[in-house]
Amino acid sequence: MAYSAVHGAVAHDAHAAHDDHKPHGWRRWVYATNHKDIGTMYLVFAGIMFFVGGTMAMLIRLELFKPGLQFFDPLFFNSLTTMHALIMIFGAVMPAWTGLANWQIPMQVGAPDMALPRLNNFSFWILPFAFLILLSTFFVPGGAPAGGWTMYPPLMLQGGAGFPMTIFAIHLMGASSILGSMNVIVTILNMRAPGMTLLRMPLFVWSWLITAYLLIAVMPVLAGAVTMLLTDHFFGTTFFTAAGGGDPVMFQHIFWFFGHPEVYILILPAFGIVSEIIPTFARKPIFGYEAMVYAIASIAFLSFIVWAHHMFTVGMPLAGQLFFMLTTMLIAIPTGVKVFNWCATLWKGSITFEPPMLFAISFLFLFSIGGFSGVMLAIVPADFQYQDTYFVVAHFHYVLVPGTIFAIMAGVYYWLPKWTGKMYDLKLGTWHFWLSAIFVNVLFFPQHFLGLAGMPRRIPDYAVQFTDWNMVSSIGGFGFGLSQFLFPYLIWKCIQHGTPIGNRAWEGAHGLEWELPSPPPFHSWETPPTEAMIAQASVH
Amino acid sequence: MMIRNARSKFAAAALLPAAAQVHAESGWGLLNMTPGVTDISRKIYDLHMEVFWICVAIAVVVFGWMIWSLIAFRKSKGAVADTSLVHNTKVEIIWTLIPVFILIAMAVPAARTLVDIEDTRNTELTIKVTGFQWGWNYDYLDDGVNFYSRLDRQSDAARQLLSGIDVTTVPHYLLNVDHPLIVPAGVKVRLLITGADVIHSWWVPAFGLKKDAIPGFINELWFNVDTDKVGVYRGQCVELCGRDHGFMPIVVDVRSKEDFSTWLKTTAAQQKQAAAANAPAATPPAG
Repeated sequence: MAYSAVHGAVAHDAHAAHDDHKPHGWRRWVYATNHKDIGTMYLVFAGIMFFVGGTMAMLIRLELFKPGLQFFDPLFFNSLTTMHALIMIFGAVMPAWTGLANWQIPMQVGAPDMALPRLNNFSFWILPFAFLILLSTFFVPGGAPAGGWTMYPPLMLQGGAGFPMTIFAIHLMGASSILGSMNVIVTILNMRAPGMTLLRMPLFVWSWLITAYLLIAVMPVLAGAVTMLLTDHFFGTTFFTAAGGGDPVMFQHIFWFFGHPEVYILILPAFGIVSEIIPTFARKPIFGYEAMVYAIASIAFLSFIVWAHHMFTVGMPLAGQLFFMLTTMLIAIPTGVKVFNWCATLWKGSITFEPPMLFAISFLFLFSIGGFSGVMLAIVPADFQYQDTYFVVAHFHYVLVPGTIFAIMAGVYYWLPKWTGKMYDLKLGTWHFWLSAIFVNVLFFPQHFLGLAGMPRRIPDYAVQFTDWNMVSSIGGFGFGLSQFLFPYLIWKCIQHGTPIGNRAWEGAHGLEWELPSPPPFHSWETPPTEAMIAQASVH
Repeated sequence: MMIRNARSKFAAAALLPAAAQVHAESGWGLLNMTPGVTDISRKIYDLHMEVFWICVAIAVVVFGWMIWSLIAFRKSKGAVADTSLVHNTKVEIIWTLIPVFILIAMAVPAARTLVDIEDTRNTELTIKVTGFQWGWNYDYLDDGVNFYSRLDRQSDAARQLLSGIDVTTVPHYLLNVDHPLIVPAGVKVRLLITGADVIHSWWVPAFGLKKDAIPGFINELWFNVDTDKVGVYRGQCVELCGRDHGFMPIVVDVRSKEDFSTWLKTTAAQQKQAAAANAPAATPPAG
């Protein structure tokens, strides 16, 4: 520890004098080529989108607080659910992951920056425009897209002026994701410091490497699907119109061939983050490092052969249903390996409960609940009952909110002291955790009951017997939404008034980023870390 | 079943002491899937419960392990980390294999039930179901009976934005139609399901199954309601189909074979007469 601190400080001093020639003012951000600046922009953008998408969720829960239509026209309600999903998936979660990748990957692999800095700038700056286009659909004739984020034709083709705008926005988001992924892959494969072999890399880097390949594989598929929608609507093709020899179900197959890898794109980096945080606060190396890598790779592979489990009710042949049921069930095996390895990492550790650890632990519990309902959904006959009910809504929100979102928050709480050089208010972070963890369950757990009792998803109004649990869910939703304001406040307070902190913000932290000063120098590893340093940082 | 009933009664009794009706209509007790009224729906319910209890058992073990670790290995209680514990091939193989066996135990009954569900032989009555924006058309193919089924007027009035009508006073709010689908109990009824405009999905939870109504496709679904389960069963469209997706319920009136054939004969005669009088028999009710 003493060694690394001294070394880091020396490295910084030697270079600081002539390295820090970054542009200032607005140019620093618009012309940004620095991985940390771009990472910050990604994270701020994701934060803004999280609140925009969250506002839509609040409006949805407001309308569903009691039966009868109180606030919105049903079509506008459909727009809210559609836009909530698109904003949260493409605007909040994916940019947050890219932001964390930008900040952490160069520091973690011992590189000065990302491999392709201008591409990095471009891939970020596409996003605000994409979402400006997407959000402006609320103000065009016909309103925002209201056919669900899955955009199934023929319904999607009934959209107004917002329809082509949505598709153009999705093309832009896809381009941004592909460029970002190329950058991640090139950085990881080419910019690692000598001695940082693949199997020494931190698991967050591994999870992102595999995620990036998934993105490159499936984003063009989504682009193809939505382009066919576009030509069906405007240029007289009939890809998805049965009357012209097309096939509406083909869209679903293509969409979910993208869509299932996509949901793992949203969760795999979460596995990586949790695998960084649990060893730190259990003060013990990750259990079964190689098994963790292989498990992520297996999950990624399986994600390509399970897509039709999203559409068991379209009328598939028996053999197809059995195939997709069995492949889907297989995912439980590598996922189980991951959960068991995290448990074994906790076992015989020396555990403390700082905010990143609290979020990571609740990830273990609540993601597992989402996993259990996932196994239930894989059982085709039972899925005939669950499909398109609130049970599904509960399932994927458990995986995405206390799963993905909590992991992102855990990551921010983990690395914020590194980024700012200051320790935040741990007590406030703990408050944020407990409020979020309690309300998220009040919000989503009753939705299991609603679904099993027969409430379909994507409806603005419901039969009166669903009132009680909807009210509970809405109260949980408002509580969860309000609690989230603590998060930006805590970050602002940390930047303004945090207490300065050394290289290694957490006692048990290992990894190259903790060898750099806090905050790290503008170009992270101008001089590559030594082999000894890498060996010491990658204990597993 | 017993646990479910006990729990729902407990919840209802605890939270609604004054309410006389301690039955399924009070929402707090609605916690689980219905076993339904067909052989298939009960098989599905059993499968659901089997998988649910397996998940509960796994959760008890895994969460128990986590909670134990979190309590026993706290640094504040002086726990010292055993940093040598990073790998154990034998244990890792075991916890990869155990899930395989559990999954097989789930997959076998699931596959059996699925094969039963897909057995569409020997159906005795065929009804073509067409979903449209926003209602259903039912066509008794062999008997010349055809009618539309839409949200009933009372629900429709109450569900308008700021209608001012207290929806709790509307009988079966949003789950009632003008003309329910009428089928016989104890008969294997086959539905041929399709869509007229966009994709819809036909679902009655008590029958256990749902199937998408896709324009250009004809999907098959069958059910055979127990002879002693005559009654009215309700469901909804479950595929987002536009503005009024939430307002196209499905109501199935299951009658005894005799009552059904009387109804079918009368209705067929009426519709024939109406058609002869040159009034389109299948005109949907206004609104």
